[in-house]
Amino acid sequence: MAKVLRAVAMERCIGCYACMMACARLVHGSLSWSRSGIYVRSVGGLTAGFEASYCLACPRPPCVAVCPTGALTERPGGRGVRYQRELCLRCAACVGACPVKAIRQDRETLEPVVCLHCGRCVPFCPHACLAMVAMD
Amino acid sequence: MENNHHPPLTIMIVDLERGACRLQKREDLREKMGGSSLAAALYREYGQPGEDAFAPGQPLIFAIGPLTGYYPLMSKVVLGFKSPYSGDYVETHAGGRLALALRFSGLDALIIRGQSPRPVYLVLGDNHFACKEAGHLWGMDAGITARTIRTSEPQGRGQRSILRIGPAGENLVKYACINVDTFRHFGRLGAGAVMGSKKLKAVMVSGSRSFPLPGDGKEYRQVYRQIYQRITGSGAMAKYHDLGTPVNVLVLNGLHSLPTRNLSATTFEGAEQISGEYFAEKLLLRQIACSGCPVGCIHIGLLREKFGPEHEYYYKQVSYDHEPIFAMGSMLGLAPGEAVMLLLDEAEKWGLDVISCGVALAWATEARAAGLVGEAETLVPLAFGEVELYRRAIAAIATRPNEFYRLLGEGTAAAAARYGGAEFACVLGQEMAGYATGPVFFVSQALGFRYSHLDSAGYQLDQQKKPELAQALVYLEKEERQRLMLTCLVACLFARNIYDEETVATALSAAGFAGLAQDLEGRFSLLQRERWQIKKESGYDPSRISIPLRFQEVKTLQGPMDTAFMEKLRSAYAEKIAGY
Repeated sequence: MAKVLRAVAMERCIGCYACMMACARLVHGSLSWSRSGIYVRSVGGLTAGFEASYCLACPRPPCVAVCPTGALTERPGGRGVRYQRELCLRCAACVGACPVKAIRQDRETLEPVVCLHCGRCVPFCPHACLAMVAMD
Repeated sequence: MENNHHPPLTIMIVDLERGACRLQKREDLREKMGGSSLAAALYREYGQPGEDAFAPGQPLIFAIGPLTGYYPLMSKVVLGFKSPYSGDYVETHAGGRLALALRFSGLDALIIRGQSPRPVYLVLGDNHFACKEAGHLWGMDAGITARTIRTSEPQGRGQRSILRIGPAGENLVKYACINVDTFRHFGRLGAGAVMGSKKLKAVMVSGSRSFPLPGDGKEYRQVYRQIYQRITGSGAMAKYHDLGTPVNVLVLNGLHSLPTRNLSATTFEGAEQISGEYFAEKLLLRQIACSGCPVGCIHIGLLREKFGPEHEYYYKQVSYDHEPIFAMGSMLGLAPGEAVMLLLDEAEKWGLDVISCGVALAWATEARAAGLVGEAETLVPLAFGEVELYRRAIAAIATRPNEFYRLLGEGTAAAAARYGGAEFACVLGQEMAGYATGPVFFVSQALGFRYSHLDSAGYQLDQQKKPELAQALVYLEKEERQRLMLTCLVACLFARNIYDEETVATALSAAGFAGLAQDLEGRFSLLQRERWQIKKESGYDPSRISIPLRFQEVKTLQGPMDTAFMEKLRSAYAEKIAGY
């Protein structure tokens, strides 16, 4: 069955950034805490805990709707979106369209960085805040 | 050569007098690795070893290392500076987010020099630099300062590092700390006072650069995974996450090694109530981590205080560890944990090194009981176990309302020199850390590079059977060299059992530093010697350091002190350091 990434227990997050750095390392071939499909940050200082932004795999994704070139397309089965680098204009329309700010424009490449729901970050979370969850 | 992958080191040099910065590219400094040895080399270049610690030209040198961000627990920053407390070149280390914020700003070191004509704060990172007016922040406590900066500065929200001082730093208290990201500190030896002398209230660092992986990335990913699994899978780090460092409280108490009531005793009847177990069961809210560390050793406790006649409470989150608990707990004869938390929060707000603050107050309490000082000096009738009095005394150390508190803010030994009581001043280079284990620890802190329990861990040797002199000397030198290797990378010392020499060589090589991975022992023997030389150039003289009488009288786990052995070790270790 198709699965998608879900931050199921962010109240357990310790803010280590291991998930983001795993995405950067394993998906994007980078040492980075920004080039990542999941984006963890503190919300009002470290006393207030952490939240995670990542693609929620919307039905009828608004990022796809605004993409002028078709670089972003919907994956079958509601598993988020597919990104085709060679079609992308770097216009960042998708960045503005995402209702949960889960797409970030890379500072250096100007490409959108979006979660692929591949699950490679999950084993690097020391507190099982993240999980791959079966679609309904 | 080894280094096809990495560009030269990038050093940012800030001049506070002009409110400007410049960048320097330095391939020649690569052989210094990073962290401790990089900071020392930069001090040799930019420091003023013969000048006062508050001389405007003295630098604060923040350094990360070649592996910062590349592997788990490579998460610390070394700050090298001339200490206003000890008057020589020292280091203090901190975690939090700063190490990764510097890495992803593309900076290997940040040097801050000069003195601003007015209070300022710095906002800097990979694509921005500003030196801003901080008149509105001057006088604010360390927590509110950061809150104000978070609100007014947009860069890197939720993923940035904010260093700041409290009023103690502004008032040049010689053990004022720098608070890092609310829960961590460049705690010891007065780095906060140096910031204060420069009229620098805060520094915010945020960066979001990305770097290509070394080589084809394959070997690096594999080594990363192996190290990550050893750290999270083996239970090797469990104690740091579980109860955290306060696990030591009951252990040391059981070993007759928990400094109590100004080290007049080494067991504390209230130990249960300030133990790691007590904190975990009653007060622990959660653990968090330094960026880049999956362990999460930062224990955050709940401080809940009634402030009104009805059911009116406020709550705060306060981090706790063994050292703060010993200093504000057993050393002051104070329990339970709730009371200790109140004092930790107080020291935090004013921006004081909590260890020095607690130990200084323990001396003041005994000095008062001995009639050396009266209420005209102490302003409150200091007595062991009295939380409210200590709370007011902490504020007095930070605000320096009279000659007594002014001197106490120069250090316990400075106050004892004026009022008497030097024999019971618990000072080993600086106020003692929380291990009354015996002679090796006492000597190792008194003479250590940063006058710290972390320099060479003498307390471990004290816990083994009574060592021979030669064995103790070899141990101290070797332990210090191994710790220097870690603090050049810059690793957290909690990972010392993970990052042995072989693992470090593999990790360096996989991260694209094959050249640096060669002959680590030889390289660090040289760097160890060089770092001591730089300290000695700045005024350090090991032959001048003595160990107060209290440390000779105390009963430790080995029973009554072998004072002859301690003196022999002190003199032999001092001679060894003098020979570097």
